[in-house]
Amino acid sequence: MADSDLAGGKRAAFSFALVAGWLIPGAGHLLTRHWVRALLLFLSITTMFWLGIAMQGKLYQPNTDDPLGMLGFLGDLGTGVFYFVGNVLGLGRAAVQVATADYGTKFVVVAGLLNFISAVDAHNLRIGRKAA
Amino acid sequence: MSFAPSHFAAVLLFATFTSVVFGITQRATPRAMVRYGLYCWSLFVAVTIGASWLMFLVRR
Repeated sequence: MADSDLAGGKRAAFSFALVAGWLIPGAGHLLTRHWVRALLLFLSITTMFWLGIAMQGKLYQPNTDDPLGMLGFLGDLGTGVFYFVGNVLGLGRAAVQVATADYGTKFVVVAGLLNFISAVDAHNLRIGRKAA
Repeated sequence: MSFAPSHFAAVLLFATFTSVVFGITQRATPRAMVRYGLYCWSLFVAVTIGASWLMFLVRR
C-alpha cells in the first residue's frame, strides 16, 4: 500500500491500532477484527505477565545507572497497562528469595517484548502490509 | 499470590505462551500459524532438554 493511501484521518486510526495493541495485549487485533488472534494474544501475554508476578518476579523501575536495568524497564514497559497497574499496586518489588523469582522476572520482560511484536503485527494488518 | 513451578514446568509454560505469539505474528494463515507455533514449541523444549543433558554431562 502506498504511503499516499495513508494520509489524513486514516493515519491516526492506523497508529491507534499500534497504541491500543501496546496498552492492552490483543486490542490491536481486535480493531482489525481478528477476534481469535486477539483472544489468544491477550490470554498468552496476560497470563505470562501475571504468572511472572506470581512467581515473585521483579518489575523494573526507570533508572539511568544500570544498562541491564534500563533494558529490563523497556521490556517491562511493553506490557502496557499491566506495568502501570503492577506499579500502582506495588507489585514486583520484593527482594528475590527463591530461584523461580528470576524466572518470573524473565516472564514479565518477555511478556512485554511479545506484546511489542503483537502491537506491530496489528499495525501491519491494519495498513495492509501483512495479509489478513 | 504465589506460584513456584518446577524448572521444567516453567520451561513448558514459557514455550507455550511464546510459541502462540510467534505463530500468530510471524505467519499469515491459520494453518501456517499452528505449524510454526508447534515448531517453535518443539524447538524451545528440545533445545532446553538438550542443553540440560549437556550441562549434566559437563558437570560429571
